[in-house]
Amino acid sequence: MKTLFQDSSKGRTGVWPKEPKGNTEADIPAYLLRDTAPKLPELSEIDVIRHFTRLSRLNYSVDSNFYPLGSCTMKYNPKFTEAVAAQPGFTNLHPLIPQLKGAGHMTQGALEVLYETEQLLGEITGMSAFTLQPMAGAHGELTGVMLMAAYHNDKGNRKTKIIVPDSAHGTNPASAAIAGYDVVSIQSKNGMIDPDELEKVLDDEVAGLMMTCPNTLGLFECGLERIVKLVHGVDGLLYYDGANLNAIMGKMRVGDVGFDVVHLNLHKTFATPHGGGGPGSGPVGVSQRLVDYLPISRVVKLEDGQYYLNYDYPKSIGYIAPFYGNFGVILKAYAYILRLGREGIVRATENAVLAANYLRKRIEEHLEIPHDRICMHEFVASAAKQAEKGVRALDIAKALLDKGHYAPTIYFPLIVKECLMFEPTETESKETLDGFVDDLIEILGRVETDPQSIHDAPVTTPVQRLDEVRAARSMELVDDAGL
Amino acid sequence: MPFIPHTPEEQREMLAAIGVDSIEALFEDIPAKFRAGDLNLPSGLSEMEVRQKLEKTAARNHTDLTSFLGAGFYDHYIPSAVDALCSRGEFYTAYTPYQAEASQGMLQAIFEYQTAVARLMDLEYANASLYDGGTALYEAIMMAVRHTRRSRIVISESVNPIYRVMLDSYTTNLKLDLVTVPHKDCNTDMDALLAALNDDTAAVIVQNPNFFGTVQDFTALFDKAREHKIVSVISTYPVMQSILKTPGRMGADIAVAEGQSLGLPLSFGGPYLGIMACNKQLIRQMPGRIAGRTVDKNGKTGFVLTLQAREQHIRREKATSNICSNQALCALRALMYMSLLGPQGLKKTAQVGIERAHYAANRLERLPGVRVVNQPFGNEFTVKLPVRAYEVIDKLLDMKFVPGFPLGRYYQGMDNHLLVACTEKTTKQCIGILAELIGGAL
Repeated sequence: MKTLFQDSSKGRTGVWPKEPKGNTEADIPAYLLRDTAPKLPELSEIDVIRHFTRLSRLNYSVDSNFYPLGSCTMKYNPKFTEAVAAQPGFTNLHPLIPQLKGAGHMTQGALEVLYETEQLLGEITGMSAFTLQPMAGAHGELTGVMLMAAYHNDKGNRKTKIIVPDSAHGTNPASAAIAGYDVVSIQSKNGMIDPDELEKVLDDEVAGLMMTCPNTLGLFECGLERIVKLVHGVDGLLYYDGANLNAIMGKMRVGDVGFDVVHLNLHKTFATPHGGGGPGSGPVGVSQRLVDYLPISRVVKLEDGQYYLNYDYPKSIGYIAPFYGNFGVILKAYAYILRLGREGIVRATENAVLAANYLRKRIEEHLEIPHDRICMHEFVASAAKQAEKGVRALDIAKALLDKGHYAPTIYFPLIVKECLMFEPTETESKETLDGFVDDLIEILGRVETDPQSIHDAPVTTPVQRLDEVRAARSMELVDDAGL
Repeated sequence: MPFIPHTPEEQREMLAAIGVDSIEALFEDIPAKFRAGDLNLPSGLSEMEVRQKLEKTAARNHTDLTSFLGAGFYDHYIPSAVDALCSRGEFYTAYTPYQAEASQGMLQAIFEYQTAVARLMDLEYANASLYDGGTALYEAIMMAVRHTRRSRIVISESVNPIYRVMLDSYTTNLKLDLVTVPHKDCNTDMDALLAALNDDTAAVIVQNPNFFGTVQDFTALFDKAREHKIVSVISTYPVMQSILKTPGRMGADIAVAEGQSLGLPLSFGGPYLGIMACNKQLIRQMPGRIAGRTVDKNGKTGFVLTLQAREQHIRREKATSNICSNQALCALRALMYMSLLGPQGLKKTAQVGIERAHYAANRLERLPGVRVVNQPFGNEFTVKLPVRAYEVIDKLLDMKFVPGFPLGRYYQGMDNHLLVACTEKTTKQCIGILAELIGGAL
């Protein structure tokens, strides 16, 4: 498909809000102005509509395809939450209004949304307080690690290291490093954190441990209780990566277990759409001993039911976002939680775990599952045996695209060879799961009979396998059309 | 139960296939002592009830205001086509385009967005987006620190203070030396900035138009920075960038911006859009996703995420940034907005805002004791009032007017200064009323 720039016709116009007088040089001297207008596409409105409508059809999405992308919780995104967030009473609200003296009453609805969402997330996780400001999961991680650093600095602890298991999401070590810590990686044993291995690297310089539970293999960490004790034993803090919260929501509260910091991904567990790569939202919850360090501002509810923004927290890590987080995303998650309620939250988790185990059971005879036991919301299979015959995890993923399914996560976690990570979520029907497995079985059958057809896949997509090496080498990162 | 398709019978079939007799049996790994009791949450509501409840909540926000509030976040008109296109589920319910063959729509859109941003900024490259203008500025600093292996950052006080306080938080534990150079009567102080540059400096950071609205040329500053091998970073306002001298022409290495003005609603602070463009030399230090054009095995043009060796899922603790989810849908909106307006539409939008602001400045300056402080300015300017800005705002709020932003909130000794923004949505009639109301409040 042509790009917008290739489609551009000089002089064609789209939407102009208003006609200026046009004598800008009278207001701003010419040497401060640009020489020529930016070479943006010149299109009519229907050109633009057709271009993007056609582009949209080239995408797989939850609305059009099963999307078992492990670790990403691609559940259905309810449409009423979009309608809620699109209300002008929310979208037209300038974020600086509540910072004006005398305007406190003008944003009470928005502040209530923030306050109530914090309360609901606090109840679901068992954490003492939340900030909704982080704008994605990784941003929540960075905020969480900054909170840990603030705690240790305040106590006068000299801490330099953060421990991250080798099964962790790549964002964990990256976030710890960016916050200024040395990252210590520990090896998993049977897919779990090995408390003995953890004990070996624990010393007084350890600021904390970042972990995911269930872990990225979809397994509940059986040494959890001992891990918590060990880390707290050196005055380390326990960080919970909430990417997998959909496995335990309503069944276990991480705060009750002893975690000190948790980030959630509202765009996973709480059904807000991923938007093709954001916007997400990564609220951070903390245990009582970290509450003083939370970012400012914080929403406070007064006895008369009014809300206000409080900036007076001397120990706070300060500002991590321009305002109050990705408010539009938070709104959708809030609406989703209100819709599900006490019962619905638990049922979501139960059916997510049910679907994952059903899928695991149906797949296990056809694809090796290295840790084949009851899993939580996702599981990891390995195509190592198929790879011996030349068909790799990547090939299987591509062949699934031809069947109209998005692919599972591949080559993550790094601790399983040729891995495929499946997360069906609670919103997919048994027929969808069965259809997917039938298609997978058909593909795996061809490993013996017609491996070339798998290597050739995908053939039904708008393009076939793309040359990534060429992309990296030629660095064609912008269009040169119309210059 | 909402959104769960399984009937009780299907659940039984699935449990039988798994070989357990209850859903509870799937949770046996969670130790009994850690099991949660009933959550103290309200009962679920129907869709209709949630919408009714949140309609009432929305009604408690005052959005029927005539507002001259900007301060980096502007109320521009959003063409109807943007919402129509952006609400296609094929866009908003997709994930980050890991499987390129099944994500060509998003990947091509990112490529086009990168192109539009690079052309707007007049720099070689742009990334697929960052969270917002503030985190984009922080990432730009980190690029400069890695590139130069230096730790001293020189920043003008006229850079948006909302971003500068964020930089304070992010750099606390990083052994960076953040040197803030004071503004001079709402101008970015070029002489003081030039004097502050030295061979230990990693980056110099300015904003155009600056926080007070002043438009300046930073070519000389960036020339001097280049002599010292310092990375020049400029924070900009994308709509105004359609008419103002470009970062590229001034010799900037990195341009960042809050992209909210490009078709995103104000939405109480987010989701917004972190824009970043850079020159060739810095591309491998760039954080975040980048799409590139290539061919498939039949030679057909297609798009992929590229240069991924910079990223956290490959490099872990050695990555250029920890960013994973960015603001893809917001970038898509910005691209749609720019395509619908085109170069002329965007320029006209900027021009109308500039004309309105100059009209407003003119009207306000006629009031006794009121002085417009900066010159030249774009669609936003600073006035000094004979009384405290807060008092004027307080009085006008009762009339549903927000006359601007009180600069005393962030700048000492500027309690009487008011920052006033106009856009193409601001009418002359409203400006007339504003002038009358402020006149009455003095």
